[in-house]
Amino acid sequence: MSLTSLLAWLNAAVTFGTIIMLGSVGEILTEKSGNLNLGVPGIMYLGAIGALAGAFFYENGNPAPNAVISLIISIVCALIASGLGGLLYCFMTVTLRANQNVTGLTLTIFGSGVANFFGGSLVKLSGGVGQISVAAASSAYRAQIPFLSQKLGIISTIFFNYGFLTYIAILIAVAAGFYLKKTRSGLNLRAVGENPATADAAGINVTKYKYLATTIGAMIEGLGGVYYVMDYIKGTWDTGGGIEALGWLAVALVIFTSWKPISAIWGSFVFGICYWVYLYIPGSISAVLAKAVGTPNPSHMQNLYRMIPYIVTIIILILVSKRKRRDSQNPQSLGISYFREER
Amino acid sequence: MRNKYEKPHDHVKEPLIHLIRRMDIQPSRAWMIRIVCVLIGLLVCALFIMSITSLNPISVYASMFSGAFGTSRRIWQTLKDMAVLLCIAIGLAPAFKLRFWNVGAEGQVLIGGLVSAALMINLGNKIPNALLLILMAVCAMVCGAIWGLIPAYFKARYKTNETLFTLMMNYVALQLVEFFVDIWDKKQSHSVGIINGDTQAGWMPSLFNQQFAPLVIIVAVLTIGMYFYLKHSKQGFEITVVGESENTARYAGISVGKVILRTMAISAAICGLAGFLEVSCVSHTISSLTAGGRGFTAIIVAWLGKFNPPAMTLITGVLSFLSRGANQIASDFNFNTYAGSILTGIILFFILASDFFINYKLVFRGKKGKEKVS
Repeated sequence: MSLTSLLAWLNAAVTFGTIIMLGSVGEILTEKSGNLNLGVPGIMYLGAIGALAGAFFYENGNPAPNAVISLIISIVCALIASGLGGLLYCFMTVTLRANQNVTGLTLTIFGSGVANFFGGSLVKLSGGVGQISVAAASSAYRAQIPFLSQKLGIISTIFFNYGFLTYIAILIAVAAGFYLKKTRSGLNLRAVGENPATADAAGINVTKYKYLATTIGAMIEGLGGVYYVMDYIKGTWDTGGGIEALGWLAVALVIFTSWKPISAIWGSFVFGICYWVYLYIPGSISAVLAKAVGTPNPSHMQNLYRMIPYIVTIIILILVSKRKRRDSQNPQSLGISYFREER
Repeated sequence: MRNKYEKPHDHVKEPLIHLIRRMDIQPSRAWMIRIVCVLIGLLVCALFIMSITSLNPISVYASMFSGAFGTSRRIWQTLKDMAVLLCIAIGLAPAFKLRFWNVGAEGQVLIGGLVSAALMINLGNKIPNALLLILMAVCAMVCGAIWGLIPAYFKARYKTNETLFTLMMNYVALQLVEFFVDIWDKKQSHSVGIINGDTQAGWMPSLFNQQFAPLVIIVAVLTIGMYFYLKHSKQGFEITVVGESENTARYAGISVGKVILRTMAISAAICGLAGFLEVSCVSHTISSLTAGGRGFTAIIVAWLGKFNPPAMTLITGVLSFLSRGANQIASDFNFNTYAGSILTGIILFFILASDFFINYKLVFRGKKGKEKVS
């Protein structure tokens, strides 16, 4: 394999990984508060459509849209949309004590409905024709650091070939790891997730922690959606359900990294490498394998190669569960609503 | 130094709203609350549709009603949607009652459909049709069960996280389907098209001139069977005990691992059967969209219906009406069909909220004194 295609593979892996990294770091924060939010795909959808709609209303009919303003508007809209998704989840599960799993799955259906509906009809609703597209905002998201991305040769290609959200994502993951491990407030949050009754007795405001962790977590997940729509598919919309699959992978990555934000960084990149491996397996190997399976066309093998990330996840999952480490367990009260009077 | 958690007690603030758990609520009152919540949900749905179209609420529901039940063809389409979704939900109910997180219904349905399609393509017209249908159903159930037993085995043996495992199995199944679709596809179009369109081999025969009648009857029988299995059989009781507390089950001499494996085999076999029904009776083709997200929707149905088949039937009815009705509005106004997902989401949120008002009574600060007197 040539160096160029190896580098292209690496770049694709990082871009892909960033989306699920944001999703899983947000979900780790959420789950540390004891809320098992299966609405991650829905919240990522909400973030994506929020960003797209915000940028669209600014750029639509504006002859010379300013890319930076468009970027700021879209990020704010995305944070609001995904934050509201998190709040809705909290209101249902913490205040109304609804079942967390059903609420999360419903949020996924609702979020994907809202996003795909408006993603498909926003142009039509505002009286225009054709596909939605926000070129200015997308260009701002994909802008690279001026000097570093050009002048350093291979280092530029490996490390500085991405939009700014990639670096923000890594920063958020590191910050979340620091917060959970090293701060008093992070300790309190973990206590809430492990045993809310004890935390409550120690004077920690359980409801407040659950609300804040879930809403902020949802906003981070929303950024994953923003990255998908603005950088990954370049400021358009596809109704193919791409975000939904990525959202589920983010949930998987949470368990995979055993609730550690720092592990989510490399975990997501490794997953990205596995995800794109099907494009980079040499044709000679495919030809041999295709003959072994009995199909005339070696390109059919790509369908089987695309199983690799999922099978790798399953194998690692089994190996980890065989070792049974204490510190790689889920938060004790994950998925259980807390009601003070029912202890 | 004063303890930071210690609070002065002289002015304790009483919260505005106080919650009391209701212990014994009459079923009629509980149903009243549920119906009121669904009605408010339907009103919110109507408001949403009003805001994007120019319809008033009455014509919204008139249009939705005609979309779901307007002609006998539409009624059967709605019944078909309902039957397939209910079949998957019936399959999931025992697994979830066991607290086994089978989010892999999507994959189990696909595998069932894939095996059925393979038999249709390879054995069509080589063996009698009745034999082919039975073979398809049996193989779909066996392969679905195997797909579910793999994660169940590791759960029982090593306590491997089944949520993640079954989720990943979905994607493996999806890729398998795409692989075979490409192999069977002769026109390089990434689709198989209608299988055996000329000979109708492996197609479920229609009953009373209705294509979907056999489907509805099979699912109805399954639903009744599952009701009795969960409520009145020894195995159903074991599922309840293990689901409530594994330790209690062990103490009572129930082999937890065995119950997990057996229940998952049943659960996944029914999901595989749903895949067979979808291929043989409904679409006569196989694609990566054969399951179409219904494996996830069915989880909601099972939970909301509290694993009680009659209640689950009711919920699938409401959901199928909403999605058919929303599709009608979408096609009238040339929107995409995702409007249906929005309405489904809204209604489900309201049904979820109704449980709160059934389980808890709200007492406001002012009224509390009066209540003590009375």
